[in-house]
Amino acid sequence: MAKAGGGMRGVRREEEQRRGVFTRRALLLGLGQVGALGFLGTRLWKLQMEEGERYATLAEENRLSARLLSPPRGRIMDRNGVVVAGNRLNWRALLVAEQTQDVSATLETFTKIVPLQDWEKGRIEREVRRRRRFVPVAVREFLTWEEMARIEVNAPDLPGIVIDVGTTRLYPEAEHLAHIVGYVAPPAERDVGNDPLLELPGVRVGRSGVERQHDLLMRGRAGAVQLEVNAVGRVIREVERREGVPGQDVQLTVDSVLQRTLRNKIEEGTSAVVLDCRSGEVLAMASQPSFDPNLFNSGVSAEQWREWTRNRATPLINKCTNGLYAPGSTFKMVVALAALEARVVSPGERISCPGYMDLGESRFHCWSRYGHGGVDLRAGIKHSCDVYFYELAKRVGIDRIANMGNRFGLGVDPEIDLPGARKGLMPTRAWRAAQGKGWSLGDTVVHGIGQGFYQLTPLQLATMTARLASGRMVVPHVTRAIAGRPARTDWPTMAVSDRDLRLVRDGMWAVVNEGDGTAHASKLPAGYGNMGGKTGSVQVRRVTREQRERGYKTENLPREYRPHALFVAFAPFENPQYAVSVIVEHGNSGAGAAGPLARDILVETFNRFRTPAGPGPRVAEAQPGGAPGVPAATTR
Amino acid sequence: MSIWEKRFFTRDRGQGVLHKLWQVPWIFVLLLCGIAACGYVALYSAGSGPEAYASKHALRFGFGLVLMLSIAMVDVRIIARFAWVGYAGGIAMLVLVLLAGNVGKGAQRWIDVGPLQLQPSELMKILLVVALADWFSRATWERVGNVFFLIPPIIAVLLPMGLILRQPNLGTALITGMIGGAVFWAAGVRWWKFALVLGAAAAAAPVAYSHLHDYQRQRILTFMDPESDPLGAGYNIIQSKIALGSGGMWGKGFLQGTQGHLNFLPEKQTDFIFTMIAEEFGLVGGLTVLGLMCLVILFCYVTAIRCKHQFGRLVAVGLGTNFFLYVFVNVAMVTGSIPVGGVPLPLISHGGSAMLTTMLGFGVLLSVYMHRDAEFGPVRE
Repeated sequence: MAKAGGGMRGVRREEEQRRGVFTRRALLLGLGQVGALGFLGTRLWKLQMEEGERYATLAEENRLSARLLSPPRGRIMDRNGVVVAGNRLNWRALLVAEQTQDVSATLETFTKIVPLQDWEKGRIEREVRRRRRFVPVAVREFLTWEEMARIEVNAPDLPGIVIDVGTTRLYPEAEHLAHIVGYVAPPAERDVGNDPLLELPGVRVGRSGVERQHDLLMRGRAGAVQLEVNAVGRVIREVERREGVPGQDVQLTVDSVLQRTLRNKIEEGTSAVVLDCRSGEVLAMASQPSFDPNLFNSGVSAEQWREWTRNRATPLINKCTNGLYAPGSTFKMVVALAALEARVVSPGERISCPGYMDLGESRFHCWSRYGHGGVDLRAGIKHSCDVYFYELAKRVGIDRIANMGNRFGLGVDPEIDLPGARKGLMPTRAWRAAQGKGWSLGDTVVHGIGQGFYQLTPLQLATMTARLASGRMVVPHVTRAIAGRPARTDWPTMAVSDRDLRLVRDGMWAVVNEGDGTAHASKLPAGYGNMGGKTGSVQVRRVTREQRERGYKTENLPREYRPHALFVAFAPFENPQYAVSVIVEHGNSGAGAAGPLARDILVETFNRFRTPAGPGPRVAEAQPGGAPGVPAATTR
Repeated sequence: MSIWEKRFFTRDRGQGVLHKLWQVPWIFVLLLCGIAACGYVALYSAGSGPEAYASKHALRFGFGLVLMLSIAMVDVRIIARFAWVGYAGGIAMLVLVLLAGNVGKGAQRWIDVGPLQLQPSELMKILLVVALADWFSRATWERVGNVFFLIPPIIAVLLPMGLILRQPNLGTALITGMIGGAVFWAAGVRWWKFALVLGAAAAAAPVAYSHLHDYQRQRILTFMDPESDPLGAGYNIIQSKIALGSGGMWGKGFLQGTQGHLNFLPEKQTDFIFTMIAEEFGLVGGLTVLGLMCLVILFCYVTAIRCKHQFGRLVAVGLGTNFFLYVFVNVAMVTGSIPVGGVPLPLISHGGSAMLTTMLGFGVLLSVYMHRDAEFGPVRE
């Protein structure tokens, strides 16, 4: 019993020892475990309270996907409200990179449905890399119904491809207004800059003409939608929508009907400008050949581009604003005005023209071999006597001629609202000196008849004519600041003596309306009133003495060596409304090629704008029943 | 008269089934119901309605309750008697799963038992705890100090660990080892022996790392720097942290969690269910769930300490540790504190096998609780 009792006591002691150790250790373990969960609690605190805002932002970024909405591009209307650059629907396939695991696999599948060229795939992959993953990239535009149906049917195999309707530019007048309206093209990488709108597929930026000039105005501002998307990018719902600002419409001063008429009258190498000489509005401006701006919509092929850029007739270039020519005899009015202002000649002074003028060793010929006899100012302009203007130039000097030219917009920025219009060149002594060359009296003499270093555009010649006719510093423009607003006519008066202007205009009247004027054949038909004008021909290569002695006839030359033909005119003479300049490249003679064309253009202009109230566009009155302020366009 | 005969024929101390049911700690059952209700709410949200997960969850929990209470009725001494039989059965299932198991996520973990998919490694943890408790309960503290006495239980731990590693499932193997360690610790194995084993493990870690599967290494590397591969392996951790963090104090509201409902959150109904709760109910919701889990663990330890026999004590500590490790590893994983491993949150995650084994464990625990005064035979010297 004792042993058993001792055993029992031993067992109890053993048990107590074991239990003591267990309890200590179990408490330690239990507290440790609760403590560990407590640690996780602090970790939760840190994540949810201290870093909560950061993670909340991340969660929103996960959840929300912003999509930009492209606003419609502003339209371009002609002066009568006819749309000359509009928008039309364009069904296209887009790729949203964040909605597909593998962009190239999707494109591979797409190619089996709608074939893509390798360069197209390259472009798409490049754009995908460049843009944020939720910005859709255009895969193919201008889808046909059949292509769309095939894409829709295969949609499950085309993750990331969405069909979308956008707009594309439509130019109903095509070639007729291309040089003025310009064209649009997808933005280049450097254009994208800060405007998120330009990242959108199908968005175009103006590349030339009015499209470029007023690009920002017409582009509008992008709207945006915030979409809730799930982990694979499927749109769950629209959270917020902010509409964009549609692009503004722009109204041209150009009359599309007159423009079309004008373009149909001229051939390759010809440029012509019709200005309203009171307001400076360009009523028509054409340069042949032209191009179809609609072709830029879907991307111009390399072939087409090469054809345009290698064509020596430069179809992409508006020769009215960018073609540079010497003005020839059309410049003589400026020389006359400079001489009159400097008082180196009086209007009645007769200068003798034997058919040439000798200056030192050199002999300068008049266009008439036999001379004009005694020539005063009026006769000098009427006959376009070269010797008379050699003498005037000799007396007044090149710098004063250039100064007068500048006042008529020659050799200075034409300030027209078209990008890239050329400034041209009015040579001066200082300009020549800057080239390290001297200026001789012979140079001055040659420049007296508009030959030499001059580089002027047809638009500048038209501006010159408008300023001569109106006596005001009209500035040419092709768009109206505010659609429908009457055109501005309160241009400042020219800083040229009114008497001198009248004398010169009188000479221009004689050119056309007197039987022995150089352009008598271009007189306006009965019922259209009178016009004032001036012919001009510009040699494109030097005439040698031998040629001249052999009885040189330019019409016998190959076409590219014949002189350019020029004509400037304004009408009606008594109350000038229109100024016209025409340059026919290699037209041989101003009187023969350019004059009749200018006359026909004026006749068409009168026909177009003649109203019961009399000739001329009614710029300020509203037409009953028509849009307020839109000028009358009816022809009766 | 054997214990067996006493239990079934003499109804000692008048413990009939009804009387026993009266003794069930209903407050604990209520606690479990509370946690399962949290699970129901979270799964309702994860499935955007009860059909997908929540209804099944409730059904399974109900079944689990019946299972738990049934086991609770069984005398703890009978459980002790069949401890090693159960252990042998567990080992057999682990072998079976290696031979004929279903492959899930690159590892063999499941076997089909009728309509149920069983994960023997989960069951094995409970069987191991019971077996080890049986082994140590027979020995005095002095005897536990004997190295040779420790060899069989060490083998008993290493054998299932090795089989689980073969599946391969590193996480569960490590957890199994830790549970075994907890029982060793509670049984009174000396401090320095633990230090020795841990030291040896630390020394062996680099060698072990070189034998790891690529996906396991990836997991560890991803844990070190989840942002290094935001669309690949790190995606889950990042999205989970975003979901948690964006929940803030009060959460986004029931059914309003954007991360979960827009599917940014991976496996939201299973491993990442805690994230779902913390996103929709905020820090308050997360801490509530953690608090309830703590109460369960505390109940285990209270049961252990109040138990009059060593077997029950060790079983309670082992099961408490098992439950703790589930909760800890899961929550630590979703908060980005330890590498991702497929550990569910007990009573809350969707999944039949886990629910079953958890409730089975609690059944054993309740049996210990209710038979805490049971007499065991004398210990061996």
